[in-house]
Amino acid sequence: MGRKLLLDKAHIEGIRYYDTYRANGGYAAAEKALKSMGPEAVVEEVKKSGLRGRGGAGFPTGLKWSFIAKPEGVPRYLVCNADESEPGTFKDRYLMEFIPHLLVEGLLISSFALGANRAYIYIRGEYAWIPDILEQAIAEAKNKGWLGKNILGTGYDLEIFVQRGAGAYICGEETALLESLEGKRGNPRIKPPFPAVKGLWGCPTVVNNVETIAAVVPIVNIGGDEYIKFGIGKSTGTKLISACGNINKPGVYEIEMNISVEEFIYSDEYCGGIKGGKRLKACIPGGSSVPVLPANLLLKTAKGETRMMTYESLNDGGFATGSMLGSGGFIVMDEDQCIVRNTLTFARFYHHESCGQCSPCREGTGWMKKVLHNIEYGKGKMSDIDLLWDIQRKIEGNTICPLGDAAAWPVAAAIRHFRDEFEWHVTHPDEALTRNFGLAHYADPLPAPAPAAV
Amino acid sequence: MAEEKKLFKVKIDNISVEVEPGTTILNAARTIGGDVVPPAMCYYSKLQGSGGKCRTCLVKVTKGSEADPRPMPKLVASCRTTVMDGMEVANITSPEVQEARKGVVEFLLLNHPLDCPVCDQAGECDLQNLSYEHGAEATRYEFKRRTFEKIDIGDKIQLHMTRCILCYRCVFTADQLTEKREHGILGRGDASEISTYIHQSLDNNFIGNVIDVCPVGALTDKTFRFKNRVWFLKPVDAHRDCNDPKCCGKTVLWMRGDEVFRVTARKDKYGEVENFICDTCRFDKKEKSDWIIEGPRKIDRHSVISQGHYVNTVKPKDPLVEVLDGRQPKLLFDIHTTSEVNRPEIDLSRIDGPAHSDDFNK
Repeated sequence: MGRKLLLDKAHIEGIRYYDTYRANGGYAAAEKALKSMGPEAVVEEVKKSGLRGRGGAGFPTGLKWSFIAKPEGVPRYLVCNADESEPGTFKDRYLMEFIPHLLVEGLLISSFALGANRAYIYIRGEYAWIPDILEQAIAEAKNKGWLGKNILGTGYDLEIFVQRGAGAYICGEETALLESLEGKRGNPRIKPPFPAVKGLWGCPTVVNNVETIAAVVPIVNIGGDEYIKFGIGKSTGTKLISACGNINKPGVYEIEMNISVEEFIYSDEYCGGIKGGKRLKACIPGGSSVPVLPANLLLKTAKGETRMMTYESLNDGGFATGSMLGSGGFIVMDEDQCIVRNTLTFARFYHHESCGQCSPCREGTGWMKKVLHNIEYGKGKMSDIDLLWDIQRKIEGNTICPLGDAAAWPVAAAIRHFRDEFEWHVTHPDEALTRNFGLAHYADPLPAPAPAAV
Repeated sequence: MAEEKKLFKVKIDNISVEVEPGTTILNAARTIGGDVVPPAMCYYSKLQGSGGKCRTCLVKVTKGSEADPRPMPKLVASCRTTVMDGMEVANITSPEVQEARKGVVEFLLLNHPLDCPVCDQAGECDLQNLSYEHGAEATRYEFKRRTFEKIDIGDKIQLHMTRCILCYRCVFTADQLTEKREHGILGRGDASEISTYIHQSLDNNFIGNVIDVCPVGALTDKTFRFKNRVWFLKPVDAHRDCNDPKCCGKTVLWMRGDEVFRVTARKDKYGEVENFICDTCRFDKKEKSDWIIEGPRKIDRHSVISQGHYVNTVKPKDPLVEVLDGRQPKLLFDIHTTSEVNRPEIDLSRIDGPAHSDDFNK
């Protein structure tokens, strides 16, 4: 059994409520941080822990916190990004639904460390029932003196507010989230200035993912030095992975970042293998935005090493032969899945969710969707594949926010690794409507890498 | 004694320039002028917060600054990126930038109807200029271009949403010049459109400026609609005493003969107005007697508007004079002895409108 830090008590009945949570060691970290550590010490612990942002980009949290500007007389804000809209990702929902107090405690510690007196939880509109759970938890915590004025007699005040989004994917981008939180149209801002300098209402703001904030609790509990012993290298601690797709046991798993991808998919402790004994064709290891990998590149890197569930190992080989851990939305596809159709689904999603502010993303995502639609429905041309490649290349990196990149990467990776399947769709338009390309050679072992020239 | 302000040294396409801290790359390039100035479709120096959206002004920062010489990982929007000391920027010298810009132009034209022949903006359209310079000759888009439901936004301004490139300039204009903004962006993604909430007409004394700031023909002057092509008109600087304290009264009249076809604000070489004007000046003063004429407006000679206007051009140096060294060329045949039409004493640029044979029979 892998060790757990976040979900170790999630199975206890009634952990959603304050009394049970407190009886099981809850708010001990908050007590420790507020009474005996002080803000700087908490930031120091988080830095020491090597905690990386769990929202997708993997930016070191301690570093992010240390960037926050601290001008006199200007309030600071902590915003918790619970706008979890990435297809395939549903880990934050689990956390908020089952142990909301973990998030509240994490927010308390983080806000204390940052010197913020107001924290906001921006939650996606589709999670219609979760704000009630969170608000109940916040009310309970406030009743018991963990929120409000003069918490634990330390003179520190904190209020937490839950704000519902209106169901836009783009509002998961931190600056678009801030715009939306201010009551404006959810258009991403042009950076710089970064939120750490000018965020919510022009004040220094830190935006963190739900899981990142929750992970602060165990870090304070066990200390940064102990936390770093979880995981490998720079991928410290545990990560929530929301596994879905063609697997026997879809769900949210907390993994220590020292297991291999193969173990994660096939072991009974986690996904329990591919459904119906089928063979693995491809996998998107970090939510819909990250590049899809064929089976042969998923289990072993291009260098022939075993691929691990870590930030570094999944990124091994860059985008040419690697992918990203991303937000942890682990989508497994078996041999019966069609990559073209899957890519079309994603392209449609990004087209629908583009905010329309900058031209490459506004026009390009729709174009990609239409071209992919043609290919999928047997009206494609061979030149369409190159056209798609060219479109994605002109979107990537040229947009205001990462949504453009997120729209471009899945298409790029699909063409890079599954070009045969695209070509088959073009050359066999009628057959493509009735059957799938199948596994083909996508699980064949890779040729051994050429020995390095001496 | 006040401390001397430190200027930042920036190199744009290997041309050094010193600018004040806080200047954007685009404005630094504008101090150099010429070809190194990135095109800008959404940035407007007179509107706060504009820019960053169209992505045509992307440039490559090859050296971040003197202190941190790392290049920036992505192309940056030059209109919203401020310079650092020692920054080096590649615009026309970078094939990557040219390629990306070509891509952006393709995206901008993707759903643009290309109805220039019937568009009032033709001839003074930023998108037209941009696509001549950076666009491809044909589109690769094979699908139906998007259309919108037409809405009426009043009797003075015509909205053609299909032509819009969503630069947000008109939104900023309404925010910053008028008391109440009645239009904005509705919808999301490629369905987003400039519209009013529960169809209202744009009605404010300064709202006409949205016509001038619009880089394309999405917002045009309804009082000038289909009246004439801009290149058949003569732009004339004029002014009047305007009662509105916010209006400078300095305008350009677009005339043919004594008839004033339309009134616009004065635009500089980047297509930005020098001063905003009020709607009374723009829409209601269409008589020559309302205005004090200052003289012809200088128009860039590359513009189609200046066709047939050969005033103030610099003639290229004639090498023949030097070669002949004071000698006169031997005249074999003088065209004027036989031609009735070619009359050198008639300055074609002084003729109103297209030349007519009557002009030569005076």
